[in-house]
Amino acid sequence: MGMELGKYKTCVSARSTDKEIVAKAQDGGIVTQLFAFALEQGIIDGAIVTGLGDRPWKPRPFIATTREELLTSRGTKYNVSPNVAWIKEATRSFGLDKVGIVGTPCQMQAVRKVQLYPIGMRDVPDKIALAVGIFCMENFLYKSIQQLVEDHAGQKMQSVKKMTIGKGKFSVYTERGNVVALPLKITEKYEQAGCHVCLDYVANLSDVSTGSVGSPDGWSTVFVRTKKGDHIWSKAIAAGCFETKPIEEVKPGLELVTKLAHEKIHKNEIYLNKRASYGVGKGLRNPYI
Amino acid sequence: MATEKSATIPSDVKMEKKAEVSKKEEKSVSNKIKAGHVHLSGCTGCLVALADNYQGLFKLLDDYVDWVYDLTLADVRHIPEMDVALVEGSVCIQDHESVEDIKTTRNKSKIVVAVGGCACYGNITRFARGGQHNQPQHESYVPIGDLIDVDVYIPGCAPTPQQIRNVCVMAYLLLMGTEDQKKLAANYLKPLMNLAKRGTTACFCDLMTEVINQGLCMGCGTCAAACPVRAITHEWGKPQGQRDLCIKCGACYSQCPRSWYSFDVMNEFEGIMEIIDGAMK
Ligand SMILES: Cc1cc2nc3c(=O)[nH]c(=O)nc-3n(C[C@H](O)[C@H](O)[C@H](O)COP(=O)(O)OP(=O)(O)OC[C@H]3O[C@@H](n4cnc5c(N)ncnc54)[C@H](O)[C@@H]3O)c2cc1C
Ligand code: SF4
Ligand code: SF4
Repeated sequence: MGMELGKYKTCVSARSTDKEIVAKAQDGGIVTQLFAFALEQGIIDGAIVTGLGDRPWKPRPFIATTREELLTSRGTKYNVSPNVAWIKEATRSFGLDKVGIVGTPCQMQAVRKVQLYPIGMRDVPDKIALAVGIFCMENFLYKSIQQLVEDHAGQKMQSVKKMTIGKGKFSVYTERGNVVALPLKITEKYEQAGCHVCLDYVANLSDVSTGSVGSPDGWSTVFVRTKKGDHIWSKAIAAGCFETKPIEEVKPGLELVTKLAHEKIHKNEIYLNKRASYGVGKGLRNPYI
Repeated sequence: MATEKSATIPSDVKMEKKAEVSKKEEKSVSNKIKAGHVHLSGCTGCLVALADNYQGLFKLLDDYVDWVYDLTLADVRHIPEMDVALVEGSVCIQDHESVEDIKTTRNKSKIVVAVGGCACYGNITRFARGGQHNQPQHESYVPIGDLIDVDVYIPGCAPTPQQIRNVCVMAYLLLMGTEDQKKLAANYLKPLMNLAKRGTTACFCDLMTEVINQGLCMGCGTCAAACPVRAITHEWGKPQGQRDLCIKCGACYSQCPRSWYSFDVMNEFEGIMEIIDGAMK
């Protein structure tokens, strides 16, 4: 164990003080609240977020430039949402100079590679104003989620109000009040392949990263990581956007976050090593140099 | 393609990151690196991208680079000795002057950088068939790496002002910096040097064969944003390429976080961005 939580300046348990935001947020409404505040303050001109696509629970990345639009993006869609696809369009077609983006740890890695090696990203590097990372153990393809919800949990996709992964279960909550919890043993085989080489659980490269793990229900664990992140977070706190508790005072706290991060990274390192000798004298590619 | 390298936990080495390079008084002309632009079969878009650093270009020329060769911007006839040669365009093998130019460039330069899709991968010149006014006999174009060893690639069509700038700053630190800066610059440039070793062809297909088929794609969307001709969309979370639209510039593959990714560099992203910003102030 050591650096699995990445660099950070502060870590707290937090939740938005905005009742409207929290009402339909996944956890403490950290992502939506931060973007709403940054938008209002002119720190960002818009944010790339995940809304709903043409089928129930199918993600559709879009650029939100108003609070109303941000509100439609609340909640976790547990399947792949190519948010970074919009990062150049945001500065071009949408003409944003200060872009916010939310994404999983791998997407935060993508954003930083865009900034350090802007190979196909003219004028984008200097326009990323706020990159909010969300913790992520793994993601799924749409069909996988559909199969889990419909075949395993026996619910209609359009009847589902919320999905969560936590406490060892994938849980599906329906509008009519059904709750079906599947053990993660069942979801395991549906995990997206590319997630198994991922060595980041808590979005180490974001400005601010957040997830449910470590904090009580309805609250979020928040890592403030960069100078930019620190600046915006402090302003948001000063403006009363969040109530916070020291992470040391909440249960299960950082210990669980560290444990899960370690488990993910360790498991995936083993898999990466296995890939190196996947065949006979031949292996699969390792992207890390 | 297998690599023997075992998995690495994200390292988190603190690097000394002082933007010392911006200190005026430490500088003298001899402290600059000699660089230039060699123009082969390209559209001048790469040179324009360099110029599109605007004030940044002046900063580069004032403090870091003696611009010793450039058909457009320097009044020099023959390719001189250079620390860094930025080569734009592919080589027409029926044009003997171009062939001589690229050989001379290699022989006289410490570091040869292929700037842009044509120099790296042939790009749009792959589609040439000859017959164009006023040299109809010019029909075969090869990336410079088919004729000489290339040290660093900057793919893309056009390459971006910021990527060219970053390579210039890093080349300067590599040749003129402190030990720490040299180390940092070497780490930064390594992936772009690996690209130069990897080969002279590029296509959306690289994402299929090297990323998606290898079980590495996680659907981030970056490739779609990188493509200059919008040949890539995401269907059900995964990239789809319209391969007829693809001009073979290599942007998608090299921008993809799962083509190559260096924790040594990326974990220091904040400090490195500060160094580059500091150098350009
Ligand atoms: C695939 C996935 C796996 C996750 N795994 C974990 C985990 O293991 N442990 C943990 O603690 N937290 C995990 N999370 C994060 C958690 O579910 C919440 O998204 C996070 O706590 C933010 O909640 P919030 O109330 O602050 O955000 P809200 O204010 O509700 O906003 C949610 C934000 O997430 C974005 N979003 C939704 N779906 C996606 C998606 N598929 N891809 C990218 N962005 C999306 C939306 O655009 C919105 O901006 C995961 C999230 C995802 C998408
Ligand atoms: S950039 Fe790479 S990892 Fe991301 S969607 Fe494209 S191919 Fe997949
Ligand atoms: S798909 Fe687009 S980015 Fe990729 S090589 Fe072709 S033209 Fe370039």
